[in-house]
Amino acid sequence: MRYTLLLNSGPPPAEVTEADFAAMQQAFDAYGKALAEAGVLVGASVLQGPDVATTVTLRGGSAEIADGPFAETKEALAGVFLIDVPDLDAALDWAKKCPGATYGVIEVRPSATSLLADGTWT
Amino acid sequence: MTSRVDPAGAVVAARAGYGRLLAVLASSGDVHAAEDALADAFERALVAWPDRGVPDNPEGWLLTVSRNRLKDRWKSAEVSRTTWLEGAPEPVSLDDLDLEAIGDRRLELMLVCAHPAIAPTDRTPLMLATVLGFTAAQISGAFAVPSTTMATRLTRAKRRIKANRIPFRIPDRHVLPERMGAVLEAVYGAYAIEHSATGPRPHGLVPEALQLAEILTDVAPKDPEAHGLAALVELSAARQPARIGVDGRFVPLADQDPDDWDQKLIMRAHDHLRRAHACGVLGRFQVEAAIQAVHCARTGTEDPNWARIIELYGVLQRIAPSWGSGVARVAAIAELDGPQVGLAALEELGSLPETLLSGWAVRGHLLARVGRTDEARAAYGRAITLTGDPAERSWLEGRRSAL
Repeated sequence: MRYTLLLNSGPPPAEVTEADFAAMQQAFDAYGKALAEAGVLVGASVLQGPDVATTVTLRGGSAEIADGPFAETKEALAGVFLIDVPDLDAALDWAKKCPGATYGVIEVRPSATSLLADGTWT
Repeated sequence: MTSRVDPAGAVVAARAGYGRLLAVLASSGDVHAAEDALADAFERALVAWPDRGVPDNPEGWLLTVSRNRLKDRWKSAEVSRTTWLEGAPEPVSLDDLDLEAIGDRRLELMLVCAHPAIAPTDRTPLMLATVLGFTAAQISGAFAVPSTTMATRLTRAKRRIKANRIPFRIPDRHVLPERMGAVLEAVYGAYAIEHSATGPRPHGLVPEALQLAEILTDVAPKDPEAHGLAALVELSAARQPARIGVDGRFVPLADQDPDDWDQKLIMRAHDHLRRAHACGVLGRFQVEAAIQAVHCARTGTEDPNWARIIELYGVLQRIAPSWGSGVARVAAIAELDGPQVGLAALEELGSLPETLLSGWAVRGHLLARVGRTDEARAAYGRAITLTGDPAERSWLEGRRSAL
């Protein structure tokens, strides 16, 4: 079953040293390798900040494109990991191991349906 | 294939195995569908058994009928393709059905009910519904909520189990202790509701808590705290008949006649405490049960062994500090060393939380004994606003007006 781990976190601290940044990068790299080795990784992205987000909607009838994030909140989506594991306990174990959990909150959500690489829905 | 057994009685007897059957049926992850299927099987039994006789293996019959019903449901169009069928147990025929071989899945079911992904307030109701087979309407009274609210909460919780695929299995050793802790808490919740400050039906759940606690010791016989909890609930249940006097009034522990206590339940509690002790790991529920065992050891009108009780509350405060046990320790100190010493010990605890019923009752009691009447009246007044039990309220009101 597919679960998405949604990494939510506040804005990065004003002072991030290069060493801090490198350490976190290394932690995410190790985490990604562990996911891949376990054969559970479907895909992942660590996102740039909401300050560079652009929003698009057709709700008003035509395309409206605007600067800024969808919701102005203190905590924002900072990354997604899509994994395929047997059950929630396994998904929670991976969430606990995610480096993002040390500074943010990981929301674990089961997929309702998933699109496979060949374009079919499960 | 059939025997001459009273069919209606056989259906009632089979209901005792409700949790065992549901735990097996629900292990595919869909508690709601399992409940529906089992309810349907019980309905069919009520029709079929008087007509065709009670089957030799009533539980096997119920399980087979339920499973076939689940199988129909899986095949039918109402189940979308996204329902996870893979890994679901294949329904079997009555011939190859051996309940013993299938095993008891109730611990898995209880672990699911107390899973961290389930809201803590929903865990006890969910256990009562799935392990004991109570309806939302039956559960709602004890939790002081409308039955529609309880039904919604149960439905939401079951949806979470299915949608998230919360697994029906014993978790790995590194998370098992905390998961068992949550199961114990949820079972304790059925017992503790009797002491809740807001519930209007304070005594509603003791037999249910007793059943859950004993089931837990059946399915987790090596867990010392499961035995401790069972002992605690049994010792409390043993005194239940003595808590309300012939005139319907609340009788505090000190005034209860030990002859009114259920000695069989007390014996069972001691048996659980011995088994807990044999495991060699002390825990909160064992200590709480030990304290109640000391209370239950007095005979006639003699005092319980207060020194031992104070000592045990000291142990409890070290391993699981709480306001409730802190206040109970103060009450015991006052019994042994007098109200002045008790009041001093109460002061040491700090300012009482506003909703702590036992704290305000003990404070009122101690102030009354040292003659600080006005303060005692105020403390009793606060305790009266906190109790949901009519018998206890009228007892407290009696104490206040006697000042």
